[in-house]
Amino acid sequence: MSGTDDRNDPMNQSKDDAWLARPSSIRLLWRVFALVLVVSVAVQLLFNVKGYFGVDGWLGFGAVFGFLSCLAMVLFAKALGWILKRNEDYYRERERD
Amino acid sequence: MIDFLPPALILLLGALLIGPTRGALRTAVVLLTPLLTLAAVWQVPDGVSLTFQFLQYPIEPIEGSPVRRLFATIFALMAFGGGLYAYRQAKWFELAAAYAYAAGAIGVSFAGDLITLFLFWELMALFSTVVVWCGGTPGARAAGIRYAVMHLLGGVILKVGIEGVMVHTGSIEVQPMLADTFDHWMILVGILINAAAPPVSAWLSDAYPRSSPTGSVFLSAFTTKTAVLALILLFPGEPVLIGIGLFMVMYGIIYALLENDIRRILAFSIVNQVGFMVCAIGIGTQMAINGAAAHAFAHIIYKALLFMSAGVVVYRTGKNRCSDVGGLFRTMPLTAVCGIVGALAISGFPLTSGFTTKTMISQAAANESLVWVYFLLAAASAGVFLHAGIKFPWFVFFQRDSGLRPKDAPWNMAVAMVFFAALCILFGVAPQLLYAYLPYPVEYEAYTASKVVFYLQLLLFSGLAFFLLLPLMKRTETISLDTDWLWRVVLQGSARGVHAFLTGLGRGLSARLSRLGLYLSRRGRHYFGLNSEGDRQIHGIFARAWPIGTTALWIAVLLTAYVFFYYLA
Repeated sequence: MSGTDDRNDPMNQSKDDAWLARPSSIRLLWRVFALVLVVSVAVQLLFNVKGYFGVDGWLGFGAVFGFLSCLAMVLFAKALGWILKRNEDYYRERERD
Repeated sequence: MIDFLPPALILLLGALLIGPTRGALRTAVVLLTPLLTLAAVWQVPDGVSLTFQFLQYPIEPIEGSPVRRLFATIFALMAFGGGLYAYRQAKWFELAAAYAYAAGAIGVSFAGDLITLFLFWELMALFSTVVVWCGGTPGARAAGIRYAVMHLLGGVILKVGIEGVMVHTGSIEVQPMLADTFDHWMILVGILINAAAPPVSAWLSDAYPRSSPTGSVFLSAFTTKTAVLALILLFPGEPVLIGIGLFMVMYGIIYALLENDIRRILAFSIVNQVGFMVCAIGIGTQMAINGAAAHAFAHIIYKALLFMSAGVVVYRTGKNRCSDVGGLFRTMPLTAVCGIVGALAISGFPLTSGFTTKTMISQAAANESLVWVYFLLAAASAGVFLHAGIKFPWFVFFQRDSGLRPKDAPWNMAVAMVFFAALCILFGVAPQLLYAYLPYPVEYEAYTASKVVFYLQLLLFSGLAFFLLLPLMKRTETISLDTDWLWRVVLQGSARGVHAFLTGLGRGLSARLSRLGLYLSRRGRHYFGLNSEGDRQIHGIFARAWPIGTTALWIAVLLTAYVFFYYLA
């Protein structure tokens, strides 16, 4: 359980921790990810996406649609969470008495 | 007669043998019966192979067709994978119950008439409840009872519909119908309850995460997918299913986004995935039915894989919540990789089974020019990546270092996970292996440049959205209310209220009654009373002995009054 002591110490973390957890590798992964994102849109210039309904054939439609759908769903879930979220013991408290 | 053993019977015998056998023999029973069952499934020819009479109704316990064999195949494969995953860790009665449960699912797959279908349906309800109870905690016991109540209620509704069809048409054949009469509606509702459709989806996310780490692997596979098969056989092309399916798809995503319990996230995503299938059945074209069947097949594999991966985490750490784990990739690399393969497959990434099956459903919607359905399914595909594809592996295996350093999966669990992960990739790379066994001829090409580019963009940018919106998705130690709040709180509260009211009323009434009794007894004593004081004197007015003179005096008074009034008149 050496990790318990290491994780609050940035020096230890950057040296001993797994490659994936190092800030330098995370920066690298972000760069690779950004490149992949750009390529995924740019590749549409080579391979034409045949949309079924016109609009879905536009350049980068999948990217924008995917991003905005996720944004909408996360915000909607967040709003719904205000109404629906309860303490974990909510039912236990009610079922006891 | 038939020249093969009914597949469901083989698995049921296996379930019975798990108890009395020990050691290597039990292992052999657990691992070999599903394989024997699988062999028997492939012996079942097309058409009805066995008929007998029961109360004037022709019972057809075994009817073969491509779609029935497909579902029975995946159920048998699932029993094998689940058995391998569980046999060293699970209690023997959990294994036995799980095999009987799987036998029920296979029995439903081949049921040629509604009576057989109903019997196996109830077998599933019974033994799946036992699997939930095998969770062993008070929470599991309570959830098991709620689960059983819901499924028995669904069974009664289904039975009402079946009886109605029997009485009104005289036929008990399993054949396509539409929700046009009361009887058909009852059958549809009974099946939809098992499919975790609204408004009762909550039974699934309530019960499955409370079962044991091995139990939830079995639970994830059979009940909802048997309902999908029943819908394919009984209600193909029923338009109401499109709306129900779309609702389930969105419900699963939103609730999974709010959830903190690892296995409950996966439970919500079952509802989400079954929504895709229900919607496809509603579309009802050959392409759509193929898509629903193929997606169910692929879904059972990757969902079981996800539950296996989550099960190993729960088994090794004893923790159920995302907020308690994190950073487990360090010591559980195999579990993490298998979990990620399952997550990519459920998200429908190219080269995984999810891509080759889910896009079929979208294609079916596009072919029918269902613009809204198509775009909602595309948005949902993005949402699946968000709530299951990244959220599950990220919060469990990465996120932050929780300091936990559990061992990786035990060898049998590891082998089962690798087997299922390989299947996820196999059916992604070589979809024709699956397409060859679909109910209708397949004229569908999953890997067109157009589709691959569109879905890659959709999914990769959903990934971007996830990491940018992470601050909004901070795990909170909460649960989210669902419709089961109506019966767990409102109904229970009103039952308590009614109970309290009746108790109060009873108390009040008995107090009143006793006061009335007291008053009457006092009055009684006043007029007729014997000596209650114990002085041997009689106190009651009418019970006293009056002197004879008083009587004579009163008679004289009365006579005088009589004479007086007589003369006056």
